[in-house]
Amino acid sequence: MRVPFASILVNLGLGLLFGVGLIVSGMSDPAKVLNFLDLTGTFDPSLAFVMGGAVVVAFIGYRLVLTRDKPLMAPRFQLPTRSDIDARLIVGPALFGMGWGLGGFCPGPAFTALGLAAPGTLAFLPAMLAGMWAARWVAERGR
Amino acid sequence: MTEFTPIASLIGGALIGLSAVLMMLAEGRIAGISGIASRLLPPYGDKSSAERSAFAGRLAFVAGLVAAPFLYAAATGTAVVQTVSSNLALMAVAGLLVGFGSVWGSGCTSGHGVCGLSRLSRRSFVATGVFMAAGFATVYVMRHVMGS
Repeated sequence: MRVPFASILVNLGLGLLFGVGLIVSGMSDPAKVLNFLDLTGTFDPSLAFVMGGAVVVAFIGYRLVLTRDKPLMAPRFQLPTRSDIDARLIVGPALFGMGWGLGGFCPGPAFTALGLAAPGTLAFLPAMLAGMWAARWVAERGR
Repeated sequence: MTEFTPIASLIGGALIGLSAVLMMLAEGRIAGISGIASRLLPPYGDKSSAERSAFAGRLAFVAGLVAAPFLYAAATGTAVVQTVSSNLALMAVAGLLVGFGSVWGSGCTSGHGVCGLSRLSRRSFVATGVFMAAGFATVYVMRHVMGS
């Protein structure tokens, strides 16, 4: 097997950049996320600025990148093509949002928190991976 | 209380957006964390060399996420501060819901929230609206109804 060193290095760098972005933005701290979600209490609007900054950069950047015929390291762009609204698109985000509101972690920040080894993180992360595995397993069986 | 940090949050958000754009430029893919992480887990159907290469890339991306706080601390001399609930049963339930829900709904805050909204995807607008509403409702119930 050809070992894709360039791809591994690039992905490592992109993961680092993404993770540093989460930390700089404050989103690696579940307390900030939970306070964003606490509209009637200790509301902290920071998360809206994170989303705003990320969406503006990605909105412009995607338009520039997608004028290319193909990406630098892959044969073609792989963009989601579905536009239907099915039950899974409501049920999944509803469950995700509940868990997000309980713990203050979504998947990215859960990984950046791993090395800091808070007990709550060490309970959350394996459970998250189990939940991901379960969803893949159920989806695979239903096919 | 947490301090409102508009500038740092804008800058951090822009870095996240930049990572997503560079992912599209390099690999031609969406930078969705739930998709990247969940495809490291079984079942492993596709054993092609392209999939093995993509698998290695996804593993490296997650390794980068995990290493980020150490890079940040080394570069800035500031440790990463966070407050995580020490209610382990609550955190385990939260993890199950986040993991199952993000895969069942084909994306999380990054895939739907950042990448999908930037692509003006109808599905991502719906998903983001639903998980935001569910998050607001859950925190309201936990803090202001149950008072924890």
